[in-house]
Amino acid sequence: MHEVRFSGFGGQGIVRCALITGKALSMYDDKFATMTQSFGPEARGGACSSQLVVSESRILYPYVTLPGVLIALSQDAYTTYEPKLKDGGVLIYEADLVKPKEDDGRVQMYPAPVTRFAEELGNRLFANLVTLGCFAAITKIVTPEAMKKALPGLIPDRFLEINKKAFDKGYAYGLGLLENKPLVTGDAQ
Amino acid sequence: MRKTAADPKGVLEGSHFLDGDHAIAEGALAAGCRFFAGYPITPSTETAERFAERCPAAGGLFIQMEDEIASIAALIGGAWGGQKVMTVTSGPGLSLMMENLGLAVMTETPMVIADVQRAGPSTGLPTMPAQQDMMQIRWGSHGDYRIIALCPDSPQECFDLTVEAFNLSETYRVPVFIMADETVGHMHEKVVIPPAGDIEVVQRNWYEGPKKDYRPYQFTGKDVAPMVKAGDGYRFHITGLTHDERGYPHLTVDQNEKVVTHLIEKIDSNADNIIRLDESEVEGADVVVVSYGITSRIVSRAVQLAREAGIKTGSMRLITIWPFAEKRIEELAGKVKAIVVPEINYGQMVREVERSVAGKCRVVSVPHCGGAVHDPDVILDAIMEASK
Repeated sequence: MHEVRFSGFGGQGIVRCALITGKALSMYDDKFATMTQSFGPEARGGACSSQLVVSESRILYPYVTLPGVLIALSQDAYTTYEPKLKDGGVLIYEADLVKPKEDDGRVQMYPAPVTRFAEELGNRLFANLVTLGCFAAITKIVTPEAMKKALPGLIPDRFLEINKKAFDKGYAYGLGLLENKPLVTGDAQ
Repeated sequence: MRKTAADPKGVLEGSHFLDGDHAIAEGALAAGCRFFAGYPITPSTETAERFAERCPAAGGLFIQMEDEIASIAALIGGAWGGQKVMTVTSGPGLSLMMENLGLAVMTETPMVIADVQRAGPSTGLPTMPAQQDMMQIRWGSHGDYRIIALCPDSPQECFDLTVEAFNLSETYRVPVFIMADETVGHMHEKVVIPPAGDIEVVQRNWYEGPKKDYRPYQFTGKDVAPMVKAGDGYRFHITGLTHDERGYPHLTVDQNEKVVTHLIEKIDSNADNIIRLDESEVEGADVVVVSYGITSRIVSRAVQLAREAGIKTGSMRLITIWPFAEKRIEELAGKVKAIVVPEINYGQMVREVERSVAGKCRVVSVPHCGGAVHDPDVILDAIMEASK
């Protein structure tokens, strides 16, 4: 069982992150996944989070209670949700937008400049796919093959290739991060 | 009642990762709904969007009306024009629909209304869940009447129950409600849509006799009269006034008794065929938690914790909300210490439970103001307390 929270502000593709991952898991990785989201009435800029429960069997309780993985793409999201991340959990954060407190070893921290990478690929809109690449590489909760299969239908066809590139960029970067700082796995994730 | 396989044009066979709102639209298309009139409102808009996008390929029509009053009025016209019809809304829109809900009930017009509930009163919390419209759908239009209401707890059930809602609606010529909520509406899970041949669809009971003998109503309190399409040359009348079998106004107390008794009895006398419950470890339980919709999934955790704590706890999920499962609740009341009823409102269906229990056991309400689901611990505490 995994509990994952994606968080940031509206417009960063936070909901889409969980949607792609949930679809990948439940349709191509043979897992059960339940995705919930919380958002305000604003379309852009408001606080936004999406949650994913992943299990080998049917999920009854649909909510994330103590996530083992947190993706934080904004300072607000980090401040709100980092304290709710499980001890020993994985924190992947936007290196240029989030200034975390000093690493006290409570959680495993992986910074990734996902927006900058996306801009290098031509548009900051691809930041969420870069993020998903990092997430897949670091946590291994979902396979990269399933993630790519999940994209059609959730990403406009004309942007599929560039989004796959963004995913690969994040995936490679995530593997690099792991080399420097291997993941300590346990029941936390 | 004529059952057939679904029309493949409306069936998106296969596995999908869908939210509840989209699953409702797919259920409607699979059930043969080909006319949708609605007005967008959070958190139900995705159903309308999906139907609008998908229905042309299935030969259907979507129309965005000027408001919810017009939307349900268009459904009445669409149904008498020969289509299976639906709309979707949330609290504020539902309030506007109440007058014409009565007209639909009185004219025995089949339709499906999905209410993706958000927290009220008034515009309340548009993007957050509630279960606060449970009594409004039952009593919100004036006069005595019955409707049917089903309550899904997952996107898969949004699909399945929407198909069933259309089947019930055609069988009893009555508006049927899908009582979803923001959480189920926006929650994504895997939804498996079976092949068209495996989906059982109740077709409209079309009249086939001589034109001059057609009667749009029969007041048996059990079965409903066959329908025809407006414009096909039949002479009949549709009115909200108390009417005779031809549909013409017949304003007497005797006729009113016939009509109103029929509206009530056609549902009450078939309640056993309509009501569906999902029970778990109810036999031998000391405490039974009665819940519905998204709350049932929160209850699942509380019940598991209570059982681990050694309390004999059963769970009963109301899949059918209206007609209410009063017989089964009454039966339980004689066997258990207490019934616990959590719901995301300040106590609506708990009143029905209390009425059915009639003092035979304790009934504990676990209310919630809306905007979120219960904390499972709050339900657990209520179970512990009730078991004493």
